[in-house]
Amino acid sequence: MKLQKNTTIALCSILEAAIDPSRQIAAAHIAEKYGVSPHHLAKVLRHLGRMGLVEAARGVGGGYRFKGNAKRLTLYDIIELFEDISARPAESGDKEHTTDVGRAIANVLSEVDETAKATFRSISIDTMLKLIDREGKAAERDAAMLPS
Amino acid sequence: MPLAKKRSRKASGKAGVAARHDPPAVVARAAGSGLRVRPAEADDLDQVIAIDTEITGIEKVDYWYELFHRYGMRAHQNRLFLVAEDAGILQGYIIGEVRDWEFGSPPCGWVFGINVRPETREGGIGTLLLDAICTGFKRSGVTKVRTMLARDNGLIMSFFRSQGMMAAPYIALERDLD
Repeated sequence: MKLQKNTTIALCSILEAAIDPSRQIAAAHIAEKYGVSPHHLAKVLRHLGRMGLVEAARGVGGGYRFKGNAKRLTLYDIIELFEDISARPAESGDKEHTTDVGRAIANVLSEVDETAKATFRSISIDTMLKLIDREGKAAERDAAMLPS
Repeated sequence: MPLAKKRSRKASGKAGVAARHDPPAVVARAAGSGLRVRPAEADDLDQVIAIDTEITGIEKVDYWYELFHRYGMRAHQNRLFLVAEDAGILQGYIIGEVRDWEFGSPPCGWVFGINVRPETREGGIGTLLLDAICTGFKRSGVTKVRTMLARDNGLIMSFFRSQGMMAAPYIALERDLD
């Protein structure tokens, strides 16, 4: 599964901000770190702000802060703000869905979609922060084991 | 289930359990409270059944007595049925066992039942129970714990995820028997 660019930017922005909710994070920092255009990022952040998940801070050093409930907010909650990953019902216009072969393929795709949705629904921001921490520690361990 | 059958099953369940005179061994304690995790006793079953019934909406008296005979009373060191108790009130339970080569998997711990009273959730009881059973699994020599749950059981799935559990390299399959 591949998420749309806006969704990925939203997930990265939320997670970066949720690492330390007391800290203001500069949009420029996120744009540079993830290689996205500031304009694109601003649009995503505005949407997240309207949904009450981040709070914009104006002025010198302005940025944004995480405002959501990290234990309650799931990856799915964020994803569905930007795209619909629901299992797609057979569309009447698609001729393949009128065939046994087409319906069988649709069943398999639906199974994949349902599994993906269940996974996204079960992972909270808080759980993601633990995963990020674990990844960081693993990277540090790997770096320490490299011959100098 | 007819009440008479339920009662007789309960009675035989309790009669079949040797009375314990020594207090159950504490497996874990919560810091700053009286909550402790210990092996399930026969007298705990009414509360275990009540918790399960409250959460699932289905009372399964026979099932629980059967389960207790197999997993309770420290029946086998690889089988664990633990309860979290505070001043005589059960707040939750967990059941699991070490299974060898199940589904081709090297020996590992399996958790197949966990529940915490809805009103005391988010207080660390589930974590305490899971940690306690994992300690038991480790003592049996295994290094991995697994579980299986309904895809739409978001609450329990989120709990296991929050404990660091990830998707296992196994997929559950089923089909209708027609």
